[in-house]
Amino acid sequence: MQALLASLLVVVAGGGLLWQATDGGQALTAESARRLAVQRAPQPVSPFALETMSGASAAIPDARGKVALVEFIYTTCPTLCQSAGADMFRLGNRVREAGLADRVTLMSVSFDPEFDTVERMQSYGERHDADGALWTIARPRPDVLPQILSDFGVIAIPDRMGGYTHNVAVHVVTADGRLAAIHDTGDFEGIIAAARKALR
Amino acid sequence: MKRHLRPGLAAIIMFACILGNRTLEADPVLHVLVQLPLLGVCGALLAPRREWCWAQGGFAPLLAALFGIAFWMLPRSIDGAVTFPVMTAAKFLSVPLIGMLLAIGWRQAHALLRGFLKAQTVSMAGFMAFLFTHSPVRLCNNYLIDDQWRLGFGFLFLAIGLAMVWTIPLLFNARPRASPRTRAEPMTHVQSGVPA
Repeated sequence: MQALLASLLVVVAGGGLLWQATDGGQALTAESARRLAVQRAPQPVSPFALETMSGASAAIPDARGKVALVEFIYTTCPTLCQSAGADMFRLGNRVREAGLADRVTLMSVSFDPEFDTVERMQSYGERHDADGALWTIARPRPDVLPQILSDFGVIAIPDRMGGYTHNVAVHVVTADGRLAAIHDTGDFEGIIAAARKALR
Repeated sequence: MKRHLRPGLAAIIMFACILGNRTLEADPVLHVLVQLPLLGVCGALLAPRREWCWAQGGFAPLLAALFGIAFWMLPRSIDGAVTFPVMTAAKFLSVPLIGMLLAIGWRQAHALLRGFLKAQTVSMAGFMAFLFTHSPVRLCNNYLIDDQWRLGFGFLFLAIGLAMVWTIPLLFNARPRASPRTRAEPMTHVQSGVPA
């Protein structure tokens, strides 16, 4: 009898633990967990300044009150960042079509700011037709980078070939500095909907 | 092994796991298939040798251990152990406890239950092997896709190895052992290959 009661107790407690640990069965990976967390409750990110590919200064959250669509890249990335760059270009077109071009800004932020000089950002921007107005490439100061990556939940690890492997996504940041949504770079509908929601 | 050596050995293993944590957790194969099992062994070595009413038949401790293992099978938990210090601490506390519960439960489990758990372990290792070798996305933000693939093969070798270790002795011990407790049951041959 004691054994049966103990077993039932274990099942209830264990089930509860797994339910908690997976957000009710919805997030089995850290990546889905971070997306679910901001979707449920937008999370504040520490404001930070950026230097763009044209040498101008910018900031997140956007000082002009725009919603920022932020992705993290490094310019010498041979694979993921290149396809993500193509996605950002298409996303820019979608934003224009949706009539949001004056209320939204697209930002590719380098997580390798010591290597990614203004020239390198420029050449990456040219390769992907970043217009520098709606969409620009930018880098933060190296000393604030760890805080930024931690706020956004971005993890970049050396890939043993001189580059990095990192989680790729578009982060929607409201004008008041809250991370409101995280989507795959190709999920244009989801990103536009999240941007509209962030503008309300 | 002499019983009085166990705490010392457990301490050495624990110390090595903590000291080498950076190195071990940098590689998912070492993290999941070496460090976690070692921490489990650590707890098993310290398991008290007595029988409790609540643990009769081994069900409660084994179930608790299974839920613990299920938790640490989530890619999210493994990622967390690398990213967040709180989860690292949770790993060093909970995995030895899981090992201890396994040892307590195993001692009191019926041979049929042991056989069932062994079969489940082999099939779950096979499932993990398939998952990690076939997933099109990275399941852990802290590990490369190549490492994930290597971990999948680690699980495959584990599944094959355990299946062999657990079945080959049965070939040389084919006759059901007649013991008073199990004679009446039709499936007692399961017991024959299981070290008590």
